[in-house]
Amino acid sequence: MTTQTTAAQTAGTPAADTPKGLIGIPETIGRALATAGGALAVVSTFLAWTWTSEFPGDLTVYGYPGGLQVLVLIGGALTALFGLASYGVKGLRWLVPAGADSALKLAALGTFVTAWYTIIAISTTLGGLVNLEPGGWIAAVTTLAALVGALALPFERPVLDAADPDDSGWEAFRHNARNQGAVLKAAIASGTASPARKLPSYAEILIIVAALAVGLIVFTYGIGTEYDELFVGFLITAGFGFAAVAKAGLVGRLSAITAKHRTVTMVGAFVAAAAFPFTQSDDRYATIGVYILIFATVALGLNIVVGLAGLLDLGYVAFLGVGAYTAAMVSGSPTSPFDIHLPFWLSALIGAAVAMVFGVVIGAPTLRLRGDYLAIVTLGFGEIFRIAVLNMDGTSGPDITNGSNGISSVPNLNILGFDFGQQHDILGVSIGRFSNYFLLMLLITLVVVVVFRRSSDSRIGRAWIAIREDETAALAMGINGFRVKLIAFALGATLAGLAGTVQAHVTYTVTPEQYQFAHVVPPNSAFLLAAVVLGGMGTISGPLVGAALLYLIPAKLQFLGDYQLFAFGLALVLLMRFRPEGLIPNRRRQLEFHEEAEAPTVLSKAGA
Amino acid sequence: MTTDTTTKSAASGATPGETVLDARGVTMRFGGLTAVSDVDLTVNSGEIVGLIGPNGAGKTTFFNCLTGLYIPTEGEVRYKNQVLPPKSFKVTAAGIARTFQNIRLFANMTVLENVLVGRHTRTREGLWSALLRGPGFHKAEAASRARAMELLEFVGLAAKADHLARNLPYGEQRKLEIARALASEPGLLLLDEPTAGMNPQETRAAEELIFAIRDRGIAVLVIEHDMRFIMNLCDRVAVLVQGKKLIEGDAATVQRDERVIAAYLGEPLANDPGAEEAAEVEAAEAAAEATTDAAPGKENDR
Repeated sequence: MTTQTTAAQTAGTPAADTPKGLIGIPETIGRALATAGGALAVVSTFLAWTWTSEFPGDLTVYGYPGGLQVLVLIGGALTALFGLASYGVKGLRWLVPAGADSALKLAALGTFVTAWYTIIAISTTLGGLVNLEPGGWIAAVTTLAALVGALALPFERPVLDAADPDDSGWEAFRHNARNQGAVLKAAIASGTASPARKLPSYAEILIIVAALAVGLIVFTYGIGTEYDELFVGFLITAGFGFAAVAKAGLVGRLSAITAKHRTVTMVGAFVAAAAFPFTQSDDRYATIGVYILIFATVALGLNIVVGLAGLLDLGYVAFLGVGAYTAAMVSGSPTSPFDIHLPFWLSALIGAAVAMVFGVVIGAPTLRLRGDYLAIVTLGFGEIFRIAVLNMDGTSGPDITNGSNGISSVPNLNILGFDFGQQHDILGVSIGRFSNYFLLMLLITLVVVVVFRRSSDSRIGRAWIAIREDETAALAMGINGFRVKLIAFALGATLAGLAGTVQAHVTYTVTPEQYQFAHVVPPNSAFLLAAVVLGGMGTISGPLVGAALLYLIPAKLQFLGDYQLFAFGLALVLLMRFRPEGLIPNRRRQLEFHEEAEAPTVLSKAGA
Repeated sequence: MTTDTTTKSAASGATPGETVLDARGVTMRFGGLTAVSDVDLTVNSGEIVGLIGPNGAGKTTFFNCLTGLYIPTEGEVRYKNQVLPPKSFKVTAAGIARTFQNIRLFANMTVLENVLVGRHTRTREGLWSALLRGPGFHKAEAASRARAMELLEFVGLAAKADHLARNLPYGEQRKLEIARALASEPGLLLLDEPTAGMNPQETRAAEELIFAIRDRGIAVLVIEHDMRFIMNLCDRVAVLVQGKKLIEGDAATVQRDERVIAAYLGEPLANDPGAEEAAEVEAAEAAAEATTDAAPGKENDR
């Protein structure tokens, strides 16, 4: 009861005429505090935070930041930079085209959370605050100061709805919660970006290259985090850092530049991805890399079916399985019923073609259904595939797939004498088995990206989107709905099958358990769909980012154990509540230049 | 890879007075309900024909029968002497385009993309041509875009080509729907209440637009409630009442017809059969009022 009363008072106070911050400190002091706090946090990372190297990452060294300290260093540096930029320091203004204050708040918050998470982790791991060295205390105090200072920065208060005096307690509580949410949202709202300065196109391409390099570094760092605490810290810093940079308007500016040079961006992104194995000293993380790529490629294929044509396919992983099984059977595995060993290009083509046939066979009867019915039927077909494969073991059915043992010992690929199972030295860097497959898989990803891009921007792609938006109107425009949907379904199946042909060689063994509807290890149909929805439907980079996150987070956070699926579900619910358009929203949503765009976006999305 | 973007407007070859649409004995039953019963209607080229009738008369059902969304239970619809195929996308390909009573744009596509979707039946590039991007693809795409921009120019939306369809104001959404329908190069355009919810200025602009469409050689069949609009616009008006065609003729004839007036406003009957019921209702209302008065505060006892 008490909370409600206080909340009512807060909401009832009229918005002051002069804008003020969340904390009542004068603006000048707050800004100075935030900037100095960020800078001092950077200094603190060069000190020892604890006395023993028992806490992973060795935070005992003076003069050299390690482990989580590096993350705090980056966060502090960002805070300090945004702080200086908010003073209008010359040469830093390009950092904040959409205003520095919101970015400063988020950066300070991120630094604070990372630093305090580290301190708490040290105290709990080693047993008490006594294990902290002065450096740790300095970090805690400076990041807190930066956060307090940043929160004191003024912002435009939103006009709040007046409370209805007849509200019941629960209604009043909801009302207040909504108002406070609006205030918080306004506190980190970014202003309109100032017009971009004309840059020569070589400079713009250099910016793209720099951004891609940063992306590669962040990804490589994330994939290489060696202990749970560091990965959690990485997620916190990366999440808040990205949010801060986005609020500063840099992301918007960058996407404007990349939209101008789409081909350069695409080529650059693939060069950056291909550079990943060369940054690794051993094959350990290339393993994760190749599994992420397989997952991401299949998710991108699913994005044609779900994101463009709007067909909810819950059995998509079956097509990956069809491709993998086909390739495994024709590639000279000793347990295959066929005693043939075809070259890879042929087995890849056959795998894709067989998957396409399955797509047409499954799609032809089901695509006459709409919406939920289609989802249920595809879910059923996905399971039928798995169970059929499980039973074709010679006892329950014909001896084709070897039942639950699967097709094992799929030999490594050998293309033009290049043995994928061996370690090779390229440019002085040794490239192991998984790195080889990573590079091959990257080619397949490139094919899928090109197919996605070209098909979406054409007559057939427009027909898909039209079907997704309003099937009746699309039919009235002369679109043969069934045919167009079948093309999307079959194309998606083909691409998944193509990815499957590589997967069979990477995993050595193809078993039915790899192709379930829901499982802890991606790819499976549920995670594929989640990657598409999380990342952003109808985009290319969305499913790639979504798949990377969905693979990395469970793989890195082993301590979650049995709660992995629970945490995944929770994250999905929260994301859908607060960002229903996905992490990377569709270009169409960015096209909405109207102020009131936020509400209708969500509404119409639910309707579509 | 066959590119067929230069299809001439389907209507351009039509000589004035030629029958474009010929619906004979169209009947549509849903279970026991007969929504449209034995309706004949012809539309000649260069003509604007109106279809009016009170709410629930079966106008939109009749439209849906014409456009293949419904398959008529009885009767047949001919377009330029060809019996129409029973699929709505084939009807559009044959040359009948339509708009919807409640606007059905592709809300998350841009204005230009909406019109390009309308070009679907007049272009032939499939998936392979999209993936391989040969010179034919680029040529066809450029031609489609040029044609779409021309249509946007025609309806006055060229400046908003890159806006999302859902961000357009209501009147412009109507215009866009017409442009999208025109993009399929129809010989007959069916408009389902094109001025619903418009103010008088917008209605007048819509009238001009429909005349301009007629002048392009496209026959127009329009459903409308706005009588002044329909009387100004149409060469012929057909009245549909309870699924049956009551009368067909020029505007003046229809306006004078007593049956039409009766259908819209009701007619006074000789022995006033409703009087008894009306009195009953009045009495019941009075009684109800009395009980509420007798027990004040009763409405709070929930």
